[in-house]
Amino acid sequence: MTTSLLSTWRTRLEGVVREMRLRARIAGRATWRHYRRSLQLRVALITMAVAGAVVVIISVILFNQIRTQQLEAKKDAAISQAQVGVQYARNQVVAVPSGDPRSIRETLQRTVDELRTRGGSAGQFAIVMINRDTPTPLTQPSFAGLTPALPADLISTVGEGTQTYKYAVMPTEGGAAVPSLVVGAPVPSQAGSYELYYVFPLDQEQRSLEDIRSTVVVSGLALVVLVAGIGTLVTRLVVSPVRLAAQTAEQLASGQLERRLPIRGEDDLARLAGSFNRMAASLQRQITQLEDLSRLQQRFTSDVSHELRTPLTTVRMAADILHSARADFAPDVARSAELLQTELGRFEGLLTDLLEISRYDAGAASLAAEPTELGPLVRRVLAAADPLAQQREATLHLTLPGDPVIAEIDPRRVERILRNLTLNAIHHGDGGLIDVTLGGSRTAAAITVRDYGPGLNNEEASRVFDRFWRADPARSRHGGGTGLGLSISREDARLHGGWLQAWGRPGEGAQFRLTLPLVQGVELEGSPLPLEPRAETIDPYDLLARPTGANS
Amino acid sequence: MIAARSRVLVVDDDPSLAEMLGIVLRAEGLEPAFVANGARAVSAFREVRPDLVLLDLMLPGADGMQICREIRQESLVPIIMLTAKADTVDVVKGLEAGADDYVVKPFKPIELVARIRAQMRRTDTDHPETLAIGEVTIDVAGHQVRRDTTAILLTPLEFDLLVALARKPRQVFTREHLLEQVWGYRHAADTRLVNVHVQRLRSKVEIDPEHPEIVLTVRGVGYKAGPP
Repeated sequence: MTTSLLSTWRTRLEGVVREMRLRARIAGRATWRHYRRSLQLRVALITMAVAGAVVVIISVILFNQIRTQQLEAKKDAAISQAQVGVQYARNQVVAVPSGDPRSIRETLQRTVDELRTRGGSAGQFAIVMINRDTPTPLTQPSFAGLTPALPADLISTVGEGTQTYKYAVMPTEGGAAVPSLVVGAPVPSQAGSYELYYVFPLDQEQRSLEDIRSTVVVSGLALVVLVAGIGTLVTRLVVSPVRLAAQTAEQLASGQLERRLPIRGEDDLARLAGSFNRMAASLQRQITQLEDLSRLQQRFTSDVSHELRTPLTTVRMAADILHSARADFAPDVARSAELLQTELGRFEGLLTDLLEISRYDAGAASLAAEPTELGPLVRRVLAAADPLAQQREATLHLTLPGDPVIAEIDPRRVERILRNLTLNAIHHGDGGLIDVTLGGSRTAAAITVRDYGPGLNNEEASRVFDRFWRADPARSRHGGGTGLGLSISREDARLHGGWLQAWGRPGEGAQFRLTLPLVQGVELEGSPLPLEPRAETIDPYDLLARPTGANS
Repeated sequence: MIAARSRVLVVDDDPSLAEMLGIVLRAEGLEPAFVANGARAVSAFREVRPDLVLLDLMLPGADGMQICREIRQESLVPIIMLTAKADTVDVVKGLEAGADDYVVKPFKPIELVARIRAQMRRTDTDHPETLAIGEVTIDVAGHQVRRDTTAILLTPLEFDLLVALARKPRQVFTREHLLEQVWGYRHAADTRLVNVHVQRLRSKVEIDPEHPEIVLTVRGVGYKAGPP
């Protein structure tokens, strides 16, 4: 019972401690972050620390000096007064005939009384005269309790015949013990060895020193705060323009190119603002120039497009009519009509691709994204590519996931990518199987197109998206591609914030993977399908035998 | 329903292309008329009274878009744009200005003819058929659409689009499906055609096009008719 209660408490306590530690850590981290981020705070704190250290050192030295001086002055005055008193006492004692203790005592009492009434520069004092040989004081002390409080070592030193002094805590007439200066001196006479003691209480000095100390502390603190305040103020003078500059730079970066800093005066900050503004102006000029250039390029592209396309249309139509009438021509003319027709097709394709890529280069391509189900789209592309696949004796095989994959895409562009990838696979697959796979995750969609042709090596896989690059210059001309298809496809994928990647291995074929984010503007973190196909133990030619339900 | 010799007005400033278009159209049994000057296009249209207009979008001295709009204001005749730019806003602007379809240069004659035929071969039924979506009634044989008693003027294409939706009230049509059924495209085409024409149709048949009740959007899929 007790143990369990104890353990509960312990747990609770540990919890509290842990939370406090956590809070302290959080608060500490927040303060540290603030300290690191705020130049003003840093300067204020550093100034305060330095000023504090300097003030403490100066105060300690100053205070010690004042104290030493005060005590020295007091000591000198006290000793000289004591000396005068001792001289007077000696003279009195010498005049007394020896042997008559009563008259000696009276004389001594009179002397002490006389001395007591004499003031001096050393201020208030108490006085007593003792005889070392007799236990009782020779004279009435200034007040009771003074004689026994005299420090023993002082008495013994005086007993050796030397005048000396000592600081000690002595009682006062009021009873309170205060630090005092005790001066003792022997008063030699035939009647016995008398000793005269002066006690100068130092309470006044102490009080004045305390006053000085508190004054020093208060003024030191005030000084530190003042210095920190000045530091803060001065840094604010510097920091606020810097902060303004930072803010303006942010605005410039976010596209508000006309933002400038106000210039006040002719100091360094004004110069900073001036150079900043010149930099901003130059940036603005260059950006505007680039924008103009881009607009010009766009304009040029569109003009070229129109100017080239209109005559090409006429040529195309004429060629078509010639081509459809080729049966009536002589063999050479008929063949010429055929060549005209096919080469016009290539020319058109090249023109279209060139204009498309120049639009990308001009930064004029825009995305018309809408939520689209990818399954039917892929199916459509494959259906359109099927005639060519059959002609090339290739088999298209489509694998779709169980759930529909819907992504925000520009269907025209994605269709173009897939068409390019599929046609590419048909051209390079050497009439084998072509596997097209669609996959989806919660954030991304992916489509892979795999062929089992001669394949690509690593270097080729990395260059396959280069413009006009051909895997095998000797062989590929009849392929019919423009050499720009994959470059455009990659730009199309990039415009979506997606990836288009190639994998290949000589003898094992190639795989292209398109990965697209499901929602536009979301950064891709991974792809639902692997780029490198899993090592399949199945011979691809076995796959030809299996039913291909989705491929046509 | 195609007249023995349907007239086609070709608005194009390029003489070679116009002549070539003429050859192709005549080979198809159509009767072409030509106007090269954009400024004269509308008056030529009034004179010729064609069954279809082929309009080049980029005409010097005149805005193809403006001509399209002016012709549409006085006629429901099908308009096919000839454009060099397929994927710019120009196509959408042209469609919004009233064009029914577009062909991208360079095109094959067979492609152009297919587009022309598709626009001229509009829904024709002899037996009477009446359809209804909400308060809108469609007399299919009589080519008439009414909201209550007010007649709504639709182009043949808009009419066909509405009829296609109204005939299968519960079916959701994908854009591709509509492109095939209404525009006669057999392969994938520009789905913007559907989007723009649905907007145009809505602006005529809906009370509030922002909150459609006749032609409803099925997000991510396509369109369907509102409840009858």
